[in-house]
Amino acid sequence: MAVGQNVLRKEGYEKLTGAARYVDDITLEGMLYGKTVRSSIPHGRIKTITFAPDYDWSRVVIADYRDIPGDNYVALIENDQPLLAETEIRHCEEPVLLIAAESKHEAEIAAQHVSIEYEELPPLLTIEESLKCSEIIYGLDNIFKSFLIARGDVDDGLKQADHVIVGEYRVPHQEQLYIETQGMIAVPAKDSMTVMGSMQCPYYVHKAIKQLFNLDDEQTIVIQTTTGGGFGGKEEYPSMIAAHAALLAHKAQRPVKMIYDRAEDIAATPKRHPGIIRHRTGVMSDGRLVANEIDILFDGGAYATLSSVVLSRGAIHSQGPYKCDNIRITARAVATNTPPNGAFRGFGAPQVTFAYEMQMEKIAAELGIDPLDLRRINMLREGDITATGQRLTWSVGSEDVLNAAVERSGFIEKRRTISQKNNNRSTRRGIGLSFFFHGAGFTGSGEAKMKAQAGVEITPEGQARILSGSTEIGQGTRTIFCQIVADELGISYGDVEIEEPDTSRVPDSGPTVASRTCMVVGRVVQLAAREVGEKLLRFVAERFGEAEVKLIEGCFTTDGKRLASFGKAAREYINLHGELRAYARYANPPGIEWDDDTYTGDAYPVFSYGADVAEVEVDMDTYEVTALKITTAQDIGRAIHPILAAGQIEGGTLQAVGYGLFEELVWDRGRVVNNRLTNYIIPTSLDAPEMETIIVEKEYPHGPFGAKGVGELPMDGAAPAIAAAVFNATGVFVTEIPITPERLLASFESLQRAEPKRM
Amino acid sequence: MKVTLQINGAEREIDVSPMKRLLDVLREDLRLTGAKEGCGEGECGACSVIINGEVINSCLVPICQMQGANILTVEGLLRDGQLVPLQQVFLECGAAQCGICTPGMIISARSLLDTNQHPTRDEIKEAIAGNLCRCTGYIKIIDAIERAAETG
Repeated sequence: MAVGQNVLRKEGYEKLTGAARYVDDITLEGMLYGKTVRSSIPHGRIKTITFAPDYDWSRVVIADYRDIPGDNYVALIENDQPLLAETEIRHCEEPVLLIAAESKHEAEIAAQHVSIEYEELPPLLTIEESLKCSEIIYGLDNIFKSFLIARGDVDDGLKQADHVIVGEYRVPHQEQLYIETQGMIAVPAKDSMTVMGSMQCPYYVHKAIKQLFNLDDEQTIVIQTTTGGGFGGKEEYPSMIAAHAALLAHKAQRPVKMIYDRAEDIAATPKRHPGIIRHRTGVMSDGRLVANEIDILFDGGAYATLSSVVLSRGAIHSQGPYKCDNIRITARAVATNTPPNGAFRGFGAPQVTFAYEMQMEKIAAELGIDPLDLRRINMLREGDITATGQRLTWSVGSEDVLNAAVERSGFIEKRRTISQKNNNRSTRRGIGLSFFFHGAGFTGSGEAKMKAQAGVEITPEGQARILSGSTEIGQGTRTIFCQIVADELGISYGDVEIEEPDTSRVPDSGPTVASRTCMVVGRVVQLAAREVGEKLLRFVAERFGEAEVKLIEGCFTTDGKRLASFGKAAREYINLHGELRAYARYANPPGIEWDDDTYTGDAYPVFSYGADVAEVEVDMDTYEVTALKITTAQDIGRAIHPILAAGQIEGGTLQAVGYGLFEELVWDRGRVVNNRLTNYIIPTSLDAPEMETIIVEKEYPHGPFGAKGVGELPMDGAAPAIAAAVFNATGVFVTEIPITPERLLASFESLQRAEPKRM
Repeated sequence: MKVTLQINGAEREIDVSPMKRLLDVLREDLRLTGAKEGCGEGECGACSVIINGEVINSCLVPICQMQGANILTVEGLLRDGQLVPLQQVFLECGAAQCGICTPGMIISARSLLDTNQHPTRDEIKEAIAGNLCRCTGYIKIIDAIERAAETG
C-alpha cells in the first residue's frame, strides 16, 4: 500500500538539487522583459500620460488598453476588473501601461520616463468610509455582495437568554508572502498564445486569456511551471500578470517575461480581506448558546474579484463548530479604493474564527465558566445541525480533536497552575485554546456545478499517468495523487507518474484551492483509475476466457493462477485499441442538498475539525509576545501521506501565528508603506513555536481512502488560541490582531485605568 | 571586468559589469539558477551561497568583490548525480514543500554542519534564521538537519 506511507515526494529530487525550473529560471530565445506602469493615486481619472521626449521610445514596446483584442476585463466572477485602466483609477498600483524591453533594467528606465497626470477624487479607504457612501464606487451602495443566514428566532432567543454578551473583533490584511514572487512568460505564435508561469489555477488563466485575445480553447495554452508557494495568492492574480505578459508578447511578437520584485508584489497583489465582525450572543447561565446575531463586514478593495465567495465562506463558518438554534448572520463585502483583496488560505474563515473563538473566551470569562467546558457544552457532534441547517452525519471528529489537544498539551493542569508561576516576574506565561472547523471543497452548489474532471491513462510501458489540472504548489498534489492511483490499481507508487499541468494536455479539475485537491480531485482521480483498471480487467477476462479475474499485487490472476502482469496486459490492450485511458467527473455524495436562494442546506459535503492549545510568554517590559508551543489536533479523515499532512498543519499554523502576532500592513492613503521584507514581518525559525501535531482520522466515506481537506484548516485556529493565551497571561482581552507590542501596551494601559486594583 | 573564481570546485572566468550582483552572475551568466531571488535585499535567504566558507546572501554581493573567491551553490552538492545525505534527509523528512527556499536552506544547513557536527535544535534555528520559509513552519527543516547531524 502507498496510502498512509511517507513515500518520497515525486518532484523532490529537482527541488533538493536546484534543478526545479521556476518561471524566473526560464530564458527563451529573443525574450523581452515586461514592466507595469501603475497608478499612484487611490481614486480619480487619468488626465494625461506623458512620455518624456528625451527618452528613445523606439527601444521599447508599449501597450495600453487599446491594444487588447477582446474586452478589457480579467474574466473571473463579475468581470468588473479591467486588465489595464482606461481613464478611471480605482486604487493605487492599478495597472495603466505595459512596457517591454531587451532587459529588465531597460524596461524600468523606460517606466521612469512615463508620467501620469490625474484628476483626483476623494478615496474611500476603510470599511467605515465605504458604508457612509460619501462617494459611490460600486453599484448603488458600495456593497459587492451581502448574505443572510437565518435559523430559528434570534430576537426571541436573545429575550429568553440569561445573559447577552456583545463583542466586536477586528482582523487585518495579511499578505500571502509566497517566497517566489508572481511571474509569467508569454510566447506568441501566429494563431495561439502560450503562457507559462507561477500559478495555482491554469484554467482560470486559460479563461482570461481566451477572452482578452479572442482565442478558442485550443489556441490558448497555459502551463504551470514549478510554483514557489501560493497560499491563495496565486489563485486569481496570475490571470492578470499572464495577460499583461501576453499583451506585450502579442504586440512585440516576441516572448515576454514578467517577474514582480517583492515591493511590487506586496504593493499590488491581493491580500486577505480585513474585517470587522460583531457578535451578540444569548447564553443561558449553564453556558448553552441560545441565540447568536453575527454581523460580518469585509473590505473587498476596489474590484469584486473573489470577495463574494470569500464572504460566503466567512458567513457560513461564522457561528463556528457550535450548536445554536437561533441564528442570524448578516454579511457584507464592501468596496474601497484599495487594491482588491482576494484569496488567502482559509478564505474568510480565519477572520470569523478569530471572532467566534474570542467571543467564546469572552462568554466564558463573563459567566465564570471554564473555557474548555464552554466548548464541550456547545460543540457540534454527529447528528447536530449547523448554522445553515446541515445535519452532520459522517466523519465528525470534533470531540476527538478537542480531547486530543487538551490531553496531549496538559491544558487543564497547566491552566490551573500557570498563574502561580507569574508572580513577581517580568515575564508572564499563559495558555489558551481554540476549537474550529473548515468545510472542504467549494461552498454550496459549487462542486456540483463544476463537475471537476481528471483522467488516468496507461503508458505503453505499463505505467499509470495521471491527467489533472490540479497543481503542485508545495502541498504535495503530485505525490498524493500518485499514491491514490497506485493503491486503486494495485501497482507500485514508482509506476505512477503525473502529467505536467498544461491545458493542452490535462482536463479542467477545477482550481487548486478550497482544501479540495485531495478530497474532491483526489476522489475523481481515484474514480478514473478505477475505470481504467476495470477496462483492463474486462480485457484480461475476455482474453483468457476467465470470469473471475482479480488484480493482485500488479498481476491479473484467477484462482491463484497468474494470467498476466499489469504492464503486459496494458501493452496488449494498447496494441489492440491504441490507448488505455479513462476520465471521471466529480459528483457530490448522495443526500447533499444546498439552496442558493435561502442559503440553507449542506454547505459542504463534510467538515474537517481542529483544536489548538497555545502557550505563550509575554514580556511585561516590552509587551512582546512569544509563542512557545502549539499543540494541535486536526481531523482530516485520513492522512494519505502523514508527513505531508503534518507539513500542511505546521506550515498553516505558523502562518496563523504570523497573522496573530506579527503581520501588519501599514497604509498611507490607500498605498502599502511597508511593502518589503525588512518591514513586513513573517515568522522566522526563531519566531516559530515548538509544535506538536496530532492527526485524527475520522474517515470520510466519500473521500479517497477516507481523506478530507487539510489545506486551510490549520490557518484558522492559532491566532485565537494565542489571543486566549495572552488573555490568560495578562488579563488583556484582545479584540484585534496582530497582537503587536504597541497594541498590547495600549490595551494593558486602558485595562490598568479600568481596574487599578487588579494590577 | 574580468573575474576569476571557483564555483562548485571548477575555476571560471567571467567578463561582466563590476557592480553586477553575484546572484545575477550565477543565474544569468553561469546558468546556475538554483539560488533564487525572494526579496533582493538580504532578508529572505533564498539566494544563499557559501563564499569562502561563509553563508552569504548573493543578492548583496557585487561581483567585483569576488575575485578569487571560492563559491559553493546548491548545484555543487550532488555527488555523481546522487543526493548527498543532507539532501536525502530533507526529502525524507518533508523539509521541502514548494522548494523555493530549499536551495538556500540546504546551503545554510550545510554550512552549519561543516562547523558544528552536533548542533542543538536552538543552534539549528539560529543557523537558518536568515532563511525564510512560508510553507513548513520550519519544524520539518529542523528535524531534517538534526537527523543529518545524527547520521553524519
